[in-house]
Amino acid sequence: MKYETVIGLEVHVELATKSKIFCSCSAHSYGAEPNAHVCPACCGMPGMLPVVNKRVVDYGMKAGMMLNCHINRTTTFDKKSYYYPDLPAAYQTTQWFAPVAVNGLVEIETSKGKKSIRIKQIHMEEDAGKLVHDIREDTTHVDFNRTSVPLIEIVSQPDLSSAEEVEAYLDRLKNLLRYAKVAECEMAHGTMRCDVNLSVRPEGSDKLGVRTEMKNMNSIEAIKRAIEYETARHIDAIEHNTEVLVQETRRWDDIKGKSFAMRSKETAGDYRYFPDPNVMPVVIDDEWFNSIKASLPEFPEVKRARYINEIGLSEYDADQLIKSIAICECFESAYAECGSAKDSANWLLSECMNILNSRQMSYDMLDVDGKALGKLIKLVSEGKVGRANGKKILADMFDNRDIDPETYAKENGYIVSNDTSLIEKVAKEAIASNPRAVNDFKSGKEKAIMALFGACMKQLKGNCDPNTLKEILIAEINKI
Amino acid sequence: MKKYTVKTQTQSTAKFVADDMILTKDIPTCAGSKMLDGYVSLFEAEVLTRLADKGYGLAGKTDVGEFSIDLLGETSYNGAIIEDGVLKNATASVIKDGEVDFAITLDVNGSVRRAAAQDGLVSIKPTYGTVSRFGTIPVVCSGETVSVMAKTADLCKEALSAIAGHDDKDGTSLPQSEIDKTKTEKEIRKVAVLSSMLKGVDGKVSEKLNNVCEILRKNGIEVTEIDDSVIALSSAYWAVLMSAECCNNVSKYDGVKYGYRAQNFMGIDELYTNSRTEAFGFLLKSTILLGSETLSTANYVKIYDKALRMRRVIVEEFAKIFASYDVVLMPACSAFAYGEEDMKNTYKAYEENFYTAPASITGLPAVVVGGVQFVGNAFSENSMLSLAAIIEKEGK
Ligand SMILES: [Zn+2]
Repeated sequence: MKYETVIGLEVHVELATKSKIFCSCSAHSYGAEPNAHVCPACCGMPGMLPVVNKRVVDYGMKAGMMLNCHINRTTTFDKKSYYYPDLPAAYQTTQWFAPVAVNGLVEIETSKGKKSIRIKQIHMEEDAGKLVHDIREDTTHVDFNRTSVPLIEIVSQPDLSSAEEVEAYLDRLKNLLRYAKVAECEMAHGTMRCDVNLSVRPEGSDKLGVRTEMKNMNSIEAIKRAIEYETARHIDAIEHNTEVLVQETRRWDDIKGKSFAMRSKETAGDYRYFPDPNVMPVVIDDEWFNSIKASLPEFPEVKRARYINEIGLSEYDADQLIKSIAICECFESAYAECGSAKDSANWLLSECMNILNSRQMSYDMLDVDGKALGKLIKLVSEGKVGRANGKKILADMFDNRDIDPETYAKENGYIVSNDTSLIEKVAKEAIASNPRAVNDFKSGKEKAIMALFGACMKQLKGNCDPNTLKEILIAEINKI
Repeated sequence: MKKYTVKTQTQSTAKFVADDMILTKDIPTCAGSKMLDGYVSLFEAEVLTRLADKGYGLAGKTDVGEFSIDLLGETSYNGAIIEDGVLKNATASVIKDGEVDFAITLDVNGSVRRAAAQDGLVSIKPTYGTVSRFGTIPVVCSGETVSVMAKTADLCKEALSAIAGHDDKDGTSLPQSEIDKTKTEKEIRKVAVLSSMLKGVDGKVSEKLNNVCEILRKNGIEVTEIDDSVIALSSAYWAVLMSAECCNNVSKYDGVKYGYRAQNFMGIDELYTNSRTEAFGFLLKSTILLGSETLSTANYVKIYDKALRMRRVIVEEFAKIFASYDVVLMPACSAFAYGEEDMKNTYKAYEENFYTAPASITGLPAVVVGGVQFVGNAFSENSMLSLAAIIEKEGK
């Protein structure tokens, strides 16, 4: 019998607000000293009251709009109770009864074509802290830096059916949320985590199989392996009665390549949700709603069409650029500065990418001032700076956003010289010290001039218009 | 038997005490619980900051029952205060003895009002949201209100005006424009006595009620007894909301971060269980169990959600009454002294809530004066305190 996998995802995304959801502590704890960003409020001390950070609602709404959701105009916060040492108040403030966004739709594309994934809801909530186990001392320490950092949980309907689709879906979420600048979505930083709900059923059946959940997955490769493993385990259980499937939470051990039962539905705690009386319902009026709507970015597809139809880029270039909002923004300001879309795309997709690759940085980590890049492109295309020197300047611009290409080129001797007497002098010297190349050229091997050309360029530190140099070289050879 | 801890005396002429639900920076705040024995907060309550800014001096703190959900404070881990076989409230005793001018208390479950009624003092539980709850130990966040207790209505009014006002640090704090409505006093001409709320009171309490009605009539105020069956239901639904929120709010006291930690435990679950078992008293434990049960998935819609809906129904019922009457008169307690029998009955506080729950569940202002309780429309606290001043004068 053929089987199909049914997957629903709960994706936790850390919102990129400056401060936490209910206090003014910094929300950026990645890499910080333990407990450096804490206050009585996020430590759950009695007497502190939560005051909703409006920015969090802005971002939650924006995320909802990016995923084509309906925005609940009255959205409420609720308490979810459970005991765990990383949860200082013994309850998490989340949205249970009226989440900020519901009923969305996200389009993904895989090798099998396009597919729409329905979003059940997006709710805002606070993150918990982190436990640090000290094996030597046999103690556990708590780091509350992450406590109350705002999250959204994006709950999909069980519309995904393969690891490939899950990867495409997560990429798509990341792309859209980064376009809206509401989240970083970097699994390696813990700013995107994922719970995978999976069941298996005979192909074509409309009944769902027994569902298991794998919590807190934080690498796309691990997710893909876990999906393959769980699918096989479920099919095995159904076909060969190797085990009885139960609805349960499982832990994925990526090193062993296996999942292990954690707790079944029967033993799962009752979270005792109820509306948080300390947080008044948040009412989103038309003015607020419209201001967020107006602040939405151009969607990737719209950008793509514009790049192709209005700017005249190739489909390939447009597809590459829209993968990252950082690249798009850099491209758009470089283009505005230098006036050439083709050159701007080339510099970004070849030169910038080369530098990013050599530094093992992702697309989204591009941090180059687009206007400066445009200026550089102009300098090179106008022949004021040689292409090789242009690349050197670009590499330096990756390290220092404040570099003005023209000033920098002048200060570092990267300006092409118009002094023909100097070029003639260098050309004569090259000809004198390379009689073989000269002879070869004279006897018809046109390529032999490149050796002379290279020697001159080196001598001139690249600051020479290639055509001028070529002309002078030929003229000098002909004089012999 | 601790009544209160005296702090160094201040220069100011008007002095006050705060009960042990109000957080102070340099004096421990223990909420009457062994769990918080010696707990010193890193910050102080907004109301204390406001009073200090206006020159009022905090003379010390008064003990409360464990998380202030009991009758009068008898569940404090310091023990009950009993005088001549009668249960006493620490805050009311300090006021009665004239040691300070007024007291700032957190009215969690009516003990403040019961104490004021029994000791012949005046208390005001203002409209929910007019006084900041920032820096008060949270127990029943949807209903508890910082209140004032004093010998006279005028002192209550003075202290209330010093603490009322919008506070950005409290998400339930009303906008200043709303709070300003309390400044417009309205003369009280019509008082409704709810016959359904007279249930269970002893002879002395009904005598007081009659006395007050007489004084009101003498002052040209119309007193009408009306029949209403909805408001008398308040305590049942209040018990649901109160226990649920209490259960949730005291969950954080688990022996991990601060407060009492059991000596013997194996693993985190036992640390939680043993610490809470050893530190919490019987009434609080019962309340936690009740609250936990009402919030369970199985009961949420049946019990908790229904109580939330009934809260709205009760608010609407009061609104109907206030369309025809200015205030409602009702007892604050069933008797003016709780004896040994009452102390043995752990659930007596739940029973006595019958009289205090209507104002607690609705967030409406309540004034206790002359041993009785007035419940008024939102923002009518000052109008009621002016009426209280009349009753005070006539009662002497
Ligand atoms: Zn904080």
